[in-house]
Amino acid sequence: MNLIPFVALVKKDLLLFFKDRRSVMMSFAAPIAIASFFGLVLGGALSKDDRQRIPVWFVDEDRSPLTTKVGQRLQSEPALEVRTGAVSVARAEVRSGKAAAAVVLGAGFGDQAGAAMFGGPDKPPLRLLYDPSRAAEHEMLKGILTGHVMQIVGQEVFQGGRSTRAMIARSLSGIEQSPKMPKPQREALKDMLKAVDKWSAVNPAAEDGPATVGLTSPYQLTEEAVTARPSGVYNSFAHSFTGMGVQFILFMGIEAGVMLLQQRQRGLWKRLRAAPVSRSMLLSSRAVSAALSALLIMAVLFTFARVVFGVKVEGSLLGFLLVCLSFALMTAAFGLVVAAYGRTPEATRPLAIFVTLIMVMLGGSWVPSFLFPAWLDKVTKIVPTRWAVDGLNGMTWRGLGLDYALTCSGMLLIFAAVFAALAVRKFRWESD
Amino acid sequence: MDGVSFTLEPGTMTGLLGPNGAGKTTTVSMICGLVTPDAGQVLVNGRPLGLDDDPAKRRIGLVPQDPALFDELTAQQNLDLFGALYDLSGAGLATAIDRALKLVGLSDRRGDAVGIFSGGMKRRLNLAAALLHDPEVILLDEPTVGVDPQSRNAIFENLEDLKRSGKALLYTTHYMEEAERLCDRIIIIDHGRVIADDTQQGIYRLLPAPNVLHIHLAPDPAPVNWLNELRSLEGIRAVDLDRNLLRIGVVSITQAAPRVLDWLNEHGVVFEHVSSERANLETVFLTLTGRNLRDS
Repeated sequence: MNLIPFVALVKKDLLLFFKDRRSVMMSFAAPIAIASFFGLVLGGALSKDDRQRIPVWFVDEDRSPLTTKVGQRLQSEPALEVRTGAVSVARAEVRSGKAAAAVVLGAGFGDQAGAAMFGGPDKPPLRLLYDPSRAAEHEMLKGILTGHVMQIVGQEVFQGGRSTRAMIARSLSGIEQSPKMPKPQREALKDMLKAVDKWSAVNPAAEDGPATVGLTSPYQLTEEAVTARPSGVYNSFAHSFTGMGVQFILFMGIEAGVMLLQQRQRGLWKRLRAAPVSRSMLLSSRAVSAALSALLIMAVLFTFARVVFGVKVEGSLLGFLLVCLSFALMTAAFGLVVAAYGRTPEATRPLAIFVTLIMVMLGGSWVPSFLFPAWLDKVTKIVPTRWAVDGLNGMTWRGLGLDYALTCSGMLLIFAAVFAALAVRKFRWESD
Repeated sequence: MDGVSFTLEPGTMTGLLGPNGAGKTTTVSMICGLVTPDAGQVLVNGRPLGLDDDPAKRRIGLVPQDPALFDELTAQQNLDLFGALYDLSGAGLATAIDRALKLVGLSDRRGDAVGIFSGGMKRRLNLAAALLHDPEVILLDEPTVGVDPQSRNAIFENLEDLKRSGKALLYTTHYMEEAERLCDRIIIIDHGRVIADDTQQGIYRLLPAPNVLHIHLAPDPAPVNWLNELRSLEGIRAVDLDRNLLRIGVVSITQAAPRVLDWLNEHGVVFEHVSSERANLETVFLTLTGRNLRDS
């Protein structure tokens, strides 16, 4: 291949790209701005203590020692930001969206909760007022609340001392008044409670003092974010820059294809073809210039993410470069498909953007693919963007090795080859 | 296209004339390899033109109908590209660009974006882009459409310079006066077929009369049964009456005009104005096809 015309054609495309302010804005500034925003929203690079806590109101209408303990436990919970007050205020806060939920412990909760543990007739009211738009936080709060209430009530029942014995007495009375319970079970439960009462009577250490025994959590929870480094903090900017980079680079690929259509429309394509250059040179120069633009965009995005947000290639650097290169080639081939199948720039651009947005969505650029249903998670493997996002995530915050990059790159190159074949087959050479 | 065949000679300008849709642009497209003919071939120095990257294309320069330039790039950047497409680089390309810009009078605008150029300047730069690689054959597809008179004259001077330097030029147009001014040889095509191919003098010989006498008659002229009698006069080749305009094809204006005017006076045919013109290519096309060129 003669390099003089080839280099001139590539240079021409790059000059046109950089002289178009709209393209430059869309390719560099837009993904940086949107990725930064998504990165911040999704947690950023903050430590666990710095993360935003769920705003919750705690309403204690009982004011018993047990409900006071529940309130204290919730306030010590790192995931929650607990405020206390009247139920009317709490309800208003939830309704206005300022709080995710409100926990309301009604009058008599402290007295009835222990007895209710053994099938007493009256279960005390625990109301959870929640914002329906914050379902995930609601479910999380339910889990936290259940854990704490069960632990505190269990401690009350089994810690010993006067309060335990009083609760057992109320429970025995409740059991007697529970006609629905079969007699053998009722007798067995009474025997167990009497044994606990006996144990409480001989447990002076707990008498009126702080609970030293009783029910406790059967495990010690130790949390570790499984990222590239065992002691590292997950950096959500890594995913957001990957996702937005993939999206806006594909947009650049569309523009590369649309530019070919515009050149055909303006007679430029015909003029280029009048020169002694082959069709393969014309198409491949366009593909190479698009791939170079894609690589440049990726370099700028990840450099920005590295400098400003500390995003690092925790995995194989060679793998990262391979994934970038193969995604750039896939983008270039995608641009050729746009040019080959498009009729006019005006009709082609919106359709191509729609297809790209679908690919980007299914590829996990917006939300990680593990949130998809299982069937969708499998189906999206036929979408090239999935391999780009997985490959870049793998090489950045997941810290995976070259073998994983080779898999993703291989898939991207297969897509690139298929797109290129489709474009060459369909390209209209003589209709202009 | 149907049986179109002609040869371009060095140092001559050949006019390819015809109405819109006659096949002029298709012919040019076939010559530079953009359209593959169903039959026949294009020979460059006796050798058939091959595939897209045939080096023989370097002997051909194309000036397309619409300026094929990148508006976003400067004149220099456009010429850099088009020169490189013909394998020019370095000092050779720089010299070629200087020469071409000087020829078309745009040396001082080389650093300006083409998008701000006037239509005439774009046409001139379009011509410069086709000349960079010093082609032997230059195909000009209606290069003056929409150009102001000053730029048109500048382009004409450029083309005459190129002809003098030994280039073979093919000039397609539907402006007959341009072809009359510039072309040594005229090929007229209509509906994809060549209907005349000769020098300008040879083309005019196809006409029944080289001159036309125009006589504007008074309103409501007498009945036309005297036209046949007028046709029989010596030196008169054709007579046509269209409303008040009497057109008479004559061999010699000086001999025929007095004879015709005397005859009209003697027969009581009142006329208001008399003029004459030399027959032109427009008349030739009208004569050959029965249609006016620009109305086709």
